[in-house]
Amino acid sequence: MSTGTTKLDVVVSDVVPVNDLVTRFHFRRRDGELLPTFSGGAHVVVEMRDGDRTRLNPYSLMGSPLDTREYTISVRRDDVGRGGSLFMHRQVKPGLEMVISYPVNLFSLDLRARKHLMLAGGIGITPFMAQTAQLAGAGGNFELHYTCRTASLGTYADLLRERYGNRVRLYHDDREERIDLERLLSSQPLGTHLYVCGPAGMINWVRGRAAALGWPPETVHFEHFAAPQPGAPFDVTLAVSGKTIHVGEQQSLLEAIEAAGVDPPYLCRGGVCGQCETNVISYDGKFIHNDHWLSEEDHRSGCKIMPCVSRFEGKSLVLER
Amino acid sequence: MAAKTIISRPIYGTLSPQPGKHHLFIADAEGALAITDMAGKAPSGFFDGAEIVFIPSPESKHIAALEALKPMQLHVAPSFASLLPRLKQTLTNAHMGLRVYLAGTEGLIGQAMQVALEAGIDHTSIETEHRGSLARRMQCVHCKGITENVTTQPATCSHCGLLLLVRDHYSRRLAAFQGVCINAEDRSEIPPIEEAFP
Ligand code: FES
Repeated sequence: MSTGTTKLDVVVSDVVPVNDLVTRFHFRRRDGELLPTFSGGAHVVVEMRDGDRTRLNPYSLMGSPLDTREYTISVRRDDVGRGGSLFMHRQVKPGLEMVISYPVNLFSLDLRARKHLMLAGGIGITPFMAQTAQLAGAGGNFELHYTCRTASLGTYADLLRERYGNRVRLYHDDREERIDLERLLSSQPLGTHLYVCGPAGMINWVRGRAAALGWPPETVHFEHFAAPQPGAPFDVTLAVSGKTIHVGEQQSLLEAIEAAGVDPPYLCRGGVCGQCETNVISYDGKFIHNDHWLSEEDHRSGCKIMPCVSRFEGKSLVLER
Repeated sequence: MAAKTIISRPIYGTLSPQPGKHHLFIADAEGALAITDMAGKAPSGFFDGAEIVFIPSPESKHIAALEALKPMQLHVAPSFASLLPRLKQTLTNAHMGLRVYLAGTEGLIGQAMQVALEAGIDHTSIETEHRGSLARRMQCVHCKGITENVTTQPATCSHCGLLLLVRDHYSRRLAAFQGVCINAEDRSEIPPIEEAFP
């Protein structure tokens, strides 16, 4: 029961290489109608049918929410991942018919904010493309700080500078330009909300500093889709459906459950939404938790697992599924 | 502590020290004790970045206890109205990271909350603790006049003189409880008046 993930039949209308690592994909509805409206920060789950294997990966919508003729996503090639991004880069061509989910927003703007302070790292820029377009259209107050490795890998940096001028600050790793986070976070007017999207290390750093400097948690928003990590294969017993499944090296636990014909809930497939939370009935071994949903206590207890991103190593694992 | 009845009725907690370097306390009368109680749980150096704005009771109690906390600033004011310009100024110059703590009567908490909200602070990030009198600030729904320190049920509007039922319906925007005429059908009918909010 893939909650909230009603499907859309789309066709790839354009494929645009952006730089050495990133390619942009455009989707339109096959029936020519408009796509559902969405708000900045929303993502869709893209189904990738690759032979007998189906991967489902989440990508942030980066187009303007004011334009629903097409959806656009940008995919960064990950040569050591489980192959989703490589499939997008190598196999997806204009004209290909694909299936994507309805948009879901787990990283929405809090429109009560007086000011929106956005921090992006690398490909984490994509949700901000949509959010800045949404805010600019409504006269919203925002400031975007964008860290990229090099100018040539600064995906959409030029476009953003052109659109929003000084409201966009760029930091290049190769020029040793670093955000003065302490100062930035200490000089924001009351009523500012903070948004962070980028690598896990950056998100943890920003959240940690913001909390220590007294930013209330409800003013700090972040999104990081943990890509499921490959790992050693393992076996799992699904107690409710009475099945024993095998999770392959390149497969996520969630994908293996689905491949066995069980339809568990999910929304983000990236360890952030909480939908796929599953109770552990018994285990003998150790968990490799990769989610941002469960508390550290939950992780230690061995009572719960998020099958979209987390794995297991050991003798046996029985899930209430 | 005041009882929870309908949804708009504010719920107060117990002050607890929040992370950060800048802290603003606004308290009246017995509210000072909420601050001194909290101080026991605060990390050392906490009050170095704290400003306390205090409206003492007529007997001027608790001022010394607040001084003993050695806050960066302690400002004693005779009434909420008198401290308002200074409070607004503080909030206009403040930055994200300032944490706000309100302690004392409902009237004080409500009015200070209103100023904090106007400054852009979310009400969920404001620490509150109710201490002392349960007296209410009431707005008459008929003439819109505000009556302070209402302790009885029903209560007389100090502006239009109607006898009002003091409802639990609370307006965060006005920082006041709603008062509705209790004998609109027959004004000669006077229900017993009880001390309800001592
Ligand atoms: S599907 Fe969102 S946390 Fe697993």
